Amino acid sequence: MHKTLTLLLLALAAGGAAAAPADPLQAYVAQARQADPGFAPAASRGEAFFRLQRAAASGRIACTDCHTDDPRQPGRTRARKPIAPLAPVANAERLADAAKTEKWLGRNCLDVVGRACTAAEKADIVAWLISIR
Amino acid sequence: MRNHLPKIITLIVACGVSGWLFAGDHGEQDEGREGGGLPAVDHKAWRAECGACHTAFHPGLLPERSWRKLMDGLDHHFGENAGLDAATRKSITDFLAANAADRLDARRARKVAASIPSGETPLRITATAWFERKHDELSPGVWKKPSIGSRANCGACHPGADKGSFDEHAVRIPR
Ligand code: HEC
Ligand code: HEC
Ligand code: HEC
Repeated sequence: MHKTLTLLLLALAAGGAAAAPADPLQAYVAQARQADPGFAPAASRGEAFFRLQRAAASGRIACTDCHTDDPRQPGRTRARKPIAPLAPVANAERLADAAKTEKWLGRNCLDVVGRACTAAEKADIVAWLISIR
Repeated sequence: MRNHLPKIITLIVACGVSGWLFAGDHGEQDEGREGGGLPAVDHKAWRAECGACHTAFHPGLLPERSWRKLMDGLDHHFGENAGLDAATRKSITDFLAANAADRLDARRARKVAASIPSGETPLRITATAWFERKHDELSPGVWKKPSIGSRANCGACHPGADKGSFDEHAVRIPR
């Protein structure tokens, strides 16, 4: 009985997640507006965030260490596995699945910034990557 | 019993020969196995999640206790965050455990398991005595080449690494 209930709740939760926007930009903007109704994403802020070299202050790696400084180019992980380009213009599979984007920004922000990124920061990053031609 | 003996011998010989022929036939497609490699295994989430940042290391390269410990610490995974949701983590952990070096019935897996003292739980394949022994012909500088960069970059020298094939004849060291 307990199991059935848990399964039902899980199914409902999964259904709920699937109903949320699959587009990460929409999802992050909606989240950011809960805190700041006037929020509008800015590609320029996203680019600055991506390029910031935090190493001097914190000894942490930068986004560009893995993704290079041109998101249209492939990057490399620490174990030297190629990473497909981040910009959708060069890689149609990017930023098409909100859960995937959230998983990676979740991990990458903890490694690079040392904390989770805010919804506003994530919206800016995604807005910048989409704007690249 | 006595007049059955020649028949039994013929049978044994026939089995041996066909087994040999079969192995010869198979060797072409399944060189991993013939090269003392690891059986091909697959698991969707494992390949996607554990193959995102590096080769999806074959479960037969570490014992079960190592995989369990590694999977318990994904939030601090060799200096990076590789965290997963609980359901995916459990599914991958079960797969790794079931195909671990001390669980798989393959010569290579048994050798790996036997080379690790029972009191040790290494998290790195590249830190095991077995790995050192297999790679002691390489000069230390090789690992630092930009085209290799890390001992964990198995695929740089072993083209079949993703499939668990480490046949020594297929090894090629990039320039
Ligand atoms: C240690 C290496 C590393 C660092 C540092 C890093 N990333 Fe990533 N990032 C990855 C890998 C690996 C992936 C997954 C690639 C894949 O699935 O093809 C990824 C994926 C992504 C994605 C893709 C999500 C999608 O929808 O496909 C985005 C966006 C991203 N990173 C942004 C960033 C930003 C912004 C930073 C800096 C705050 C950063 N990354 C720092 C390794 C890194
Ligand atoms: C976010 C990137 C990332 C993800 C995802 C990831 N790893 Fe790793 N892993 C690393 C890094 C970085 C290293 C250290 C590589 C090095 O030293 O060159 C590493 C090393 C390892 C090693 C040790 C390699 C050696 O030196 O012998 C094992 C084993 C391993 N990972 C298993 C896993 C498993 C299992 C998963 C899936 C649950 C996983 N990894 C997912 C980044 C990742
Ligand atoms: C710099 C290149 C290089 C890298 C990187 C590398 N290896 Fe090797 N590996 C070799 C060479 C060279 C041999 C020895 C072949 C021989 O004996 O002739 C070898 C041998 C082996 C063998 C034994 C093959 C046999 O038939 O006896 C195994 C298994 C193996 N490596 C696994 C790995 C794994 C697992 C990794 C990653 C964690 C790895 N290797 C990374 C170059 C490499």
